[in-house]
Amino acid sequence: MPETAFPNLIPALPEIFLAVAAMLLLMIGVFSREELAARTAGYGSVIVLIVAIVFVGLVAEGRVLTFGGAFVTDPFAVFVKVMTLIAAAAAILMSRSYLEDHKINRFEFPVLVLLAALGMLMMVSANDLIALYLGLELQSLALYVIASFQRDSTRSAEAGLKYFVLGAVASGLLLYGMTLVYGFSGTTNFDVLEKLFADSNAGAPVGVIVGVVFIIAGLAFKISAVPFHMWTPDVYEGAPTPVTALLAVAPKIAAMGLFIRVMTGPFGDLSGQWQQIIIFISIASMVLGAFAAINQKNIKRLMAYSSIGHMGYALIGLAVAGQTGSPAVQSDGLHGMLVYLAIYMVMNLGTFACILLMKKDGRMMEDINDLAGLSKTNPALAAVLTIFMFSMAGIPPLAGFLGKLYVFQSAIQAELFGLAIIGVLASVVGAFYYLRIVKVMYFDQPEDGLDGPISFEMKSILGVMGVVILLFIFLPGPLLSGAEAASAALLPG
Amino acid sequence: MLEIGLAHYLTLAAILFTLGVFGIFLNRKNVIIILMSIELILLAININLVSFSSHLGDLVGQVFALLVLTVAAGEAAIGLAILVVYFRNRGSIAVEDIRMMKG
Repeated sequence: MPETAFPNLIPALPEIFLAVAAMLLLMIGVFSREELAARTAGYGSVIVLIVAIVFVGLVAEGRVLTFGGAFVTDPFAVFVKVMTLIAAAAAILMSRSYLEDHKINRFEFPVLVLLAALGMLMMVSANDLIALYLGLELQSLALYVIASFQRDSTRSAEAGLKYFVLGAVASGLLLYGMTLVYGFSGTTNFDVLEKLFADSNAGAPVGVIVGVVFIIAGLAFKISAVPFHMWTPDVYEGAPTPVTALLAVAPKIAAMGLFIRVMTGPFGDLSGQWQQIIIFISIASMVLGAFAAINQKNIKRLMAYSSIGHMGYALIGLAVAGQTGSPAVQSDGLHGMLVYLAIYMVMNLGTFACILLMKKDGRMMEDINDLAGLSKTNPALAAVLTIFMFSMAGIPPLAGFLGKLYVFQSAIQAELFGLAIIGVLASVVGAFYYLRIVKVMYFDQPEDGLDGPISFEMKSILGVMGVVILLFIFLPGPLLSGAEAASAALLPG
Repeated sequence: MLEIGLAHYLTLAAILFTLGVFGIFLNRKNVIIILMSIELILLAININLVSFSSHLGDLVGQVFALLVLTVAAGEAAIGLAILVVYFRNRGSIAVEDIRMMKG
């Protein structure tokens, strides 16, 4: 009989706290008046997420396994969890005025965001294929619902439907791959899998390799990398804007964390098999992200293609981590990738805060031309958006430039010159559409200005994100050392 | 007599999985058929899991299959709910009509 001792709950404290808090807020919502419930859930959920960040920091002590080896906390999990929780909290803060304007300010929204965040934390901490699947499904199911949260809008419903169908296909691919890995290796635990492939001289059975390819395809869907990106533009355009802001950041970072853990952990010794696939999807995402966005007029659609491109740049780091030989170079790749993801989070949250402020006469505007002459009607907002756009384009000395520098540098050290060259060329092409937005704001004739005044929450989000992007070059220490510890936790030696 | 072994079950599951995937991408009529195809994919996965579990003499596969069933139920419920919301807005659930956003 296997041991049935009561599991150590301390490492899972943030997850348990989030689950209990989400259910509690749901109960409060059910049993109180509507406006009161919405307000309590809105502010309550932000506080809950901040407390969860504190808990994540408190339980961070080396590598701890619990729940029979299915759940792990290590510095890597802590780093990714803090990023996803910050993104979720910022998305809820941004959502209030939008939800009120569209009369969908219900208490279910923050509760669903909390549940999605819980799923993200669980998948980042998964150390078993079953735990991975359950975490991933929890976040996906919650996100399908909030994508179609604006119930009276056809576009929102269509976005939810598309997201649901393609997300379900992705889960199917992922699960099919998992069954093959389980069947041909006999275990679902990451540590046992890793040991199994490290010990066998003959390499993994063909069934496992096929399974790994299916798993990569499923995860590529979740991070919207080419060729599994087709849902992204439609879902981003149709979903309510605060939901798009959440979708573009939190689930991507969590899924990337999962991707890194699965590829470098259990399948780390099979990198000869998966590295080529990662290089291919990385190049394809960078190129498509650069070219497909050029013709876009809708700014949410443009951000969708931009995020596909950014995922391509981040995947360079994973490709480098698959380069066997020098552990120092592998660690550099992961390090660059984590720094890139953190900067991506800050830039995207800031940009979506600006998009949420594109209101005229109480109606949301999504066309890039609606920004015309913003530098005259609202110079401060135009300046902040310019900072984000320059950073996304990778213009020094802003943070986005440094993020790109780290991943390209690691690619050159790993002698993946093709990746680095295509990456630089793609970011030159990509700079065109970011700079076009700046041109529209500064050189086009102003139309009627956007609605003012800007709420306190928005001002603080824009201020914090803008300052981080501007001053990152002077104070990169905390982020770099956090990413350093996180990448060291994953690679042995 | 033909002995039914692991390979037969895996072939069956692979055929069902492929049918499910094709059902989603080739179907031009009705969203309900897409939901049924998703269910078919998940059931193919369960066949895989249970047959591997019995072949390996390891219970983990069957536990996994039960969890997949549970999640599949939740997924079907959410899928149908989103479909109802869509139908109320659009008055149709034909796959051809789901193309308001393009580009």
